[in-house]
Amino acid sequence: MATLDSKIPAGPLAEKWRRHKTEIKLVNPANKRKYEVIVVGAGLAGSSAAATLAELGYKVKNFVFHDSPRRAHSIAAQGGINAAKNYQNDGDSVYRLFYDTIKGGDYRSREANVHRLAEVSVNIIDQCVAQGVPFAREYGGLLANRSFGGAQVSRTFYARGQTGQQLLLGAYSALSRQVGLGTVQLHTHSEMLDLVVVGGQAKGIIVRDLVTGAISRHAADAVVLATGGYGNVFNLSTYARQSNATAIWRAYKRGACFANPCYTQIHPTCIPVTGDYQSKLTLMSESLRNDGRIWVPKRAEDRRKDPNTIPESDRDYYLERIYPSFGNLCPRDVASRAAKRVCDEGRGVGESGLGVYLDFGDAIRRLGEGGVRERYGNLFDIYHEITAENAYRTPMRIYPAVHYTMGGLWVDYNLMSNLPGLFVLGEANFSDHGANRLGASALMQGLADGYFVIPYTIGDYLASLKPGSRPSTDAPEFKQAEDNVRSLTLRLLGAKGREPVSHFHKRLGQLVWQHCGMARNRADLEKGLREIPALREEFWSGVRVPGSGDTLNQSLERAGRVADFLELAELMLRDALARDESCGCHFREEHQYPDGECKRDDANYAHVAAWEYQGEGKAPLRNVEALTYEFVKMSVRNYK
Amino acid sequence: MNLAGRLFCTTIGRKLLVAVTGVFLILFIIGHLIGNLQVFEDPDKINGYAHFLRSLGPGLWIARVVLLACAAIHIWAASALAIADRKARGPQEYKMNRWLEATFASRYMRWTGYVVLAFVLYHLAQFTWGGVQSATFKDNLPAYTMAHDYTAFGFVAVPAGTQVPDVRTMVIRGFQNPVVAVFYIVAVGLLSLHLLHGVESLFQTLGWRNSRWSRGLRAAVALACAAYFLGNLSIPGAVLAGELQPAAPATARR
Amino acid sequence: MSSSPPTLSVTLRVWRQPGASQPGRFVDYPARNLNPSMSFLEMLDVVNDELTAKGEEPIAFAHDCREGICGTCSLMIDGKPHGPHRGVATCQTYLRSFQDGDVIVVEPFRARAFPVIKDLVTDRSAFDQIQQAGGFVTVRTGSAPEANNLPVPKDDSDLAMDAAACIGCGACVAACKNASAMLFVAAKVSHLGLLPQGQAERDRRVLAMVQTMDAAGFGGCTNQYECGAACPKLISVDFIARLNRDYRRASFRAAFRPQPLEAGGSG
Ligand SMILES: Cc1cc2nc3c(=O)[nH]c(=O)nc-3n(C[C@H](O)[C@H](O)[C@H](O)COP(=O)(O)OP(=O)(O)OC[C@H]3O[C@@H](n4cnc5c(N)ncnc54)[C@H](O)[C@@H]3O)c2cc1C
Ligand code: HEM
Ligand code: HEM
Ligand code: SF4
Ligand code: F3S
Ligand code: FES
Repeated sequence: MATLDSKIPAGPLAEKWRRHKTEIKLVNPANKRKYEVIVVGAGLAGSSAAATLAELGYKVKNFVFHDSPRRAHSIAAQGGINAAKNYQNDGDSVYRLFYDTIKGGDYRSREANVHRLAEVSVNIIDQCVAQGVPFAREYGGLLANRSFGGAQVSRTFYARGQTGQQLLLGAYSALSRQVGLGTVQLHTHSEMLDLVVVGGQAKGIIVRDLVTGAISRHAADAVVLATGGYGNVFNLSTYARQSNATAIWRAYKRGACFANPCYTQIHPTCIPVTGDYQSKLTLMSESLRNDGRIWVPKRAEDRRKDPNTIPESDRDYYLERIYPSFGNLCPRDVASRAAKRVCDEGRGVGESGLGVYLDFGDAIRRLGEGGVRERYGNLFDIYHEITAENAYRTPMRIYPAVHYTMGGLWVDYNLMSNLPGLFVLGEANFSDHGANRLGASALMQGLADGYFVIPYTIGDYLASLKPGSRPSTDAPEFKQAEDNVRSLTLRLLGAKGREPVSHFHKRLGQLVWQHCGMARNRADLEKGLREIPALREEFWSGVRVPGSGDTLNQSLERAGRVADFLELAELMLRDALARDESCGCHFREEHQYPDGECKRDDANYAHVAAWEYQGEGKAPLRNVEALTYEFVKMSVRNYK
Repeated sequence: MNLAGRLFCTTIGRKLLVAVTGVFLILFIIGHLIGNLQVFEDPDKINGYAHFLRSLGPGLWIARVVLLACAAIHIWAASALAIADRKARGPQEYKMNRWLEATFASRYMRWTGYVVLAFVLYHLAQFTWGGVQSATFKDNLPAYTMAHDYTAFGFVAVPAGTQVPDVRTMVIRGFQNPVVAVFYIVAVGLLSLHLLHGVESLFQTLGWRNSRWSRGLRAAVALACAAYFLGNLSIPGAVLAGELQPAAPATARR
Repeated sequence: MSSSPPTLSVTLRVWRQPGASQPGRFVDYPARNLNPSMSFLEMLDVVNDELTAKGEEPIAFAHDCREGICGTCSLMIDGKPHGPHRGVATCQTYLRSFQDGDVIVVEPFRARAFPVIKDLVTDRSAFDQIQQAGGFVTVRTGSAPEANNLPVPKDDSDLAMDAAACIGCGACVAACKNASAMLFVAAKVSHLGLLPQGQAERDRRVLAMVQTMDAAGFGGCTNQYECGAACPKLISVDFIARLNRDYRRASFRAAFRPQPLEAGGSG
């Protein structure tokens, strides 16, 4: 039974972080270089952490499976990053950003963490601008903002439709500088396949070189995982194809608790599925909802008509109708479920009937086509590339798709998991977004964790270790972990089946989407829980992984990742079943208000569920960390 | 790395050298063309001009040295780059490789360049050293007596009555051999092609080009190169067409 | 339009090379009954699944985001990097751009500085080395001033953004007859050089990055502008002119600027 001590500092909310920083232990500068830190991942969280820790003087080893740190999935973020700068003078503040995030998360996140996030958000913008991130500006030369879902203030900073790219290039440049200085040892094409735990503490990792197949051991005083989200469990998602859960899943199997695995965000504005060959779904940035109006025909029989021929009177702008005050800008989970509902009513548009219109007719009338192009040009281009349709003429068709995983490894206020020495940052942890993430908050969190939290909190842990006390890679734990990796690799290569990995990934994806997608219920979840183990059986007997283990072998890479997804999926459904309430993205049909809104059960579920691995074939343990709200009062989320 | 290293040992530095030396070479050939066009005027003009240039003595040699240095650096740098560029492409050729944007002229810079080099060598042998076509070489021709003063910059450079090499006749006789004339025409044609890319390219290399006026630049350069070609074409052309005849012996001898 | 022609079948002529040191060759693969709104990479997925089913090794090709932003995908398709269209990456190339019965030649991006790892996958780490040499603004975390303390003229920051849009795919190198990395380096140097934040290190940056570019074995630029035409983000070759200018100025400044007696502080 793991102990989940959130280590939340005492004191008034706004004081906690400042006070904590003054109270935690420091490592003296001369000693820093005696500590080695492994950072896995170089997305926003990983590269910002690796760069900053190296600046502080720690010896850093950075591992990524990509061929370059710059390719991390963070690069794909489009819309923007939030910060409580209040440059718009529209009443924004640290408290409001904190409050919006807590509320957006449907009261399932930690007050202290979220407030810290809101506090450092302002430093992030300063840091990025100093690095040369070309944020959008006004003619006066000052920074511009746009508004984003779930907020009534305009606090989102953006760089065209490429905010994530620009922020990542900023962090990547800081990382590159350290690599150039020799303070960070960069290992590209290197996939972490196991965590090494020595004496109950995370002390190293096992890595496979994806080019040579060489498997190597790496010891350190602390291990930082910043390996991103696990949305590719669903196969079809807005994630990059290679994003995976392997690092956190293997850490989970080494004893790190996995928190709220069922919290997966479904993004309302994605390009609908066209065929079964499809490999990914493309997001149309949420910022489109600023000027686009979402509608479906009032009558189901109109759904195949040319939208331009459908008169206003026959259109149902359902978000504006149901949520007058937030309208098209209501939070993602709300918007997604609304779309699902109207499609279930048979009013969905497009061939599949799984789509709604995102209409820029009004915006074009208001701003002119040029004005719209100025704001969203590249998104319209993306849409055209994929659908060969011109969204300036006919409305876009959109449908929700898997986009983000709020769940992840459990961490305390210091971002350390229940395994001492294991720190988890960015999307890989569960920390700040509760049951639903607001737009433009993930970039903020990733950079907050990497630039401004871990550099302080890791010191507190390292200071408690004797310099040079890290174990050698000859320790039996390293050997055992390496053998474990080797045998898994051999097992995959030796599988005697004939189906490609993708076959199982697709089936798993459909299964999870049906049973644990936008809406969930007991019967479905139980059904899914029976089907997954069967599918897993089939995988191991039916999969074929061609090629060898000692060269670049993409089938092998994917096979290992899908094998992990097949296990993780089961935990997601378990969690969804055990959480017998609706909250944020977790919508249990049994628990809804007449208007189809989430019905939370704060009495019984105002807690984090942190699952603990119990061994092969054994049911995992469900630990809970109670969420206490000292400063905001839990209320029913209402975007009407 | 010091400045010399940055100019002579980096790709951008070398390219810079090609451009700057290119500028000098261009200035020379333009001036040279203007001088040569005097062949269409009274024999006094070009003969006087040629004699005047010779009489500059050290000045001429300075000019020659500068010119030679520019040509040498230009050719060396361009060739060194060319070799490095081949190497950078790597061992394996593309099976299929399309041109997307590069102009025709830009694809054959090396070849046009080397042909021009060959031409210049022949040209020098013909008109400066007399190694080839020596029968019509100026020194082997009867001297020409200036009928009038040749004035440069307002004062008399070559007074009437001076005996000077008959450059005009040399040139015209030289071109009366159709093979030579055609060779010249081809060579200056290729040189113009070389400049068609070269001059535009030079602006990019020196950092003075951008898409706001690159179209205009391209047009201007094309015009200039056409003009340069016609100017050079006119001399052997006129000789071939029989328009340009050596001066009547009467004026040539006393 | 997206749902017009029924299906198409093509022949893929693909470069197969087991490893960096082994020789490679072209192999033909039929791809039948494809949906025109399928992406080029999705077609390769299908072909690879068929190969796997037959027990053959699938074609290794680099990809990740599949929406034209990560710069991982890198195929030379019928002699043009990233396929027939302008301003898109390989992953944004759709089969509707091809005709039924086409024979499509698929090769890796080729350059001495981009050695083949396997089949269509190449090693582009030379780009990272160039970045490490100077593609940054030296600013320790936490030392940054308030963001709005330094206004940046909108036009400058927009232009910087144009340059910063580079996705580091290497198509410029692949397209350049000299395998020159000038467009990439120009984009990087200009992005920071156009912003006030980048001024302090402007000279050191351009000198260091160009030196590293040369050392990596890329060719020189002969101003042929193939790169700009092949670039998925249509990075303008104007930035190359800018790079040339920056480099020239930096070289001369470095040679003639008076030197402080002591170079205090740290790089
Ligand atoms: C299409 C899209 C648009 C988005 N838009 C926005 C937005 O506008 N605003 C916003 O705030 N958020 C947005 N998000 C969410 C946000 O981009 C991500 O949540 C965030 O970037 C995650 O960053 P990260 O550093 O945690 O992980 P990632 O960026 O995913 O990085 C993961 C890193 O870990 C490495 N890695 C993973 N596993 C291993 C392993 N086993 N071994 C070695 N290395 C490994 C990878 O190589 C990579 O470097 C968007 C997400 C998507 C999919
Ligand atoms: C139809 C075209 C040309 C004609 C009629 C012509 C004529 C001449 C003549 C008469 C001379 C010798 C002058 C003298 O020594 O008295 C000369 C010299 C020379 N020409 Fe030309 N020329 C022509 C084109 C060119 C071109 C295209 C180039 C260069 C690419 C060139 C390069 C030279 C050089 C380098 C010299 C030597 C100058 C010196 O003595 O230092 N010429 N030319
Ligand atoms: C009168 C003679 C010549 C003139 C006026 C001339 C002029 C120029 C100019 C202006 C350029 C463009 C430089 C740039 O791109 O920035 C150039 C490029 C070049 N020149 Fe010449 N050139 C001459 C002779 C030669 C010769 C004899 C060679 C023989 C090798 C040569 C080879 C080249 C090459 C290869 C280039 C291309 C360089 C590049 O684009 O990288 N040139 N020349
Ligand atoms: S400049 Fe263009 S082609 Fe070159 S790497 Fe950048 S994005 Fe790719
Ligand atoms: S194609 Fe090559 S030659 Fe220069 S302009 Fe582009 S790098
Ligand atoms: S796969 Fe990311 S750009 Fe093509």
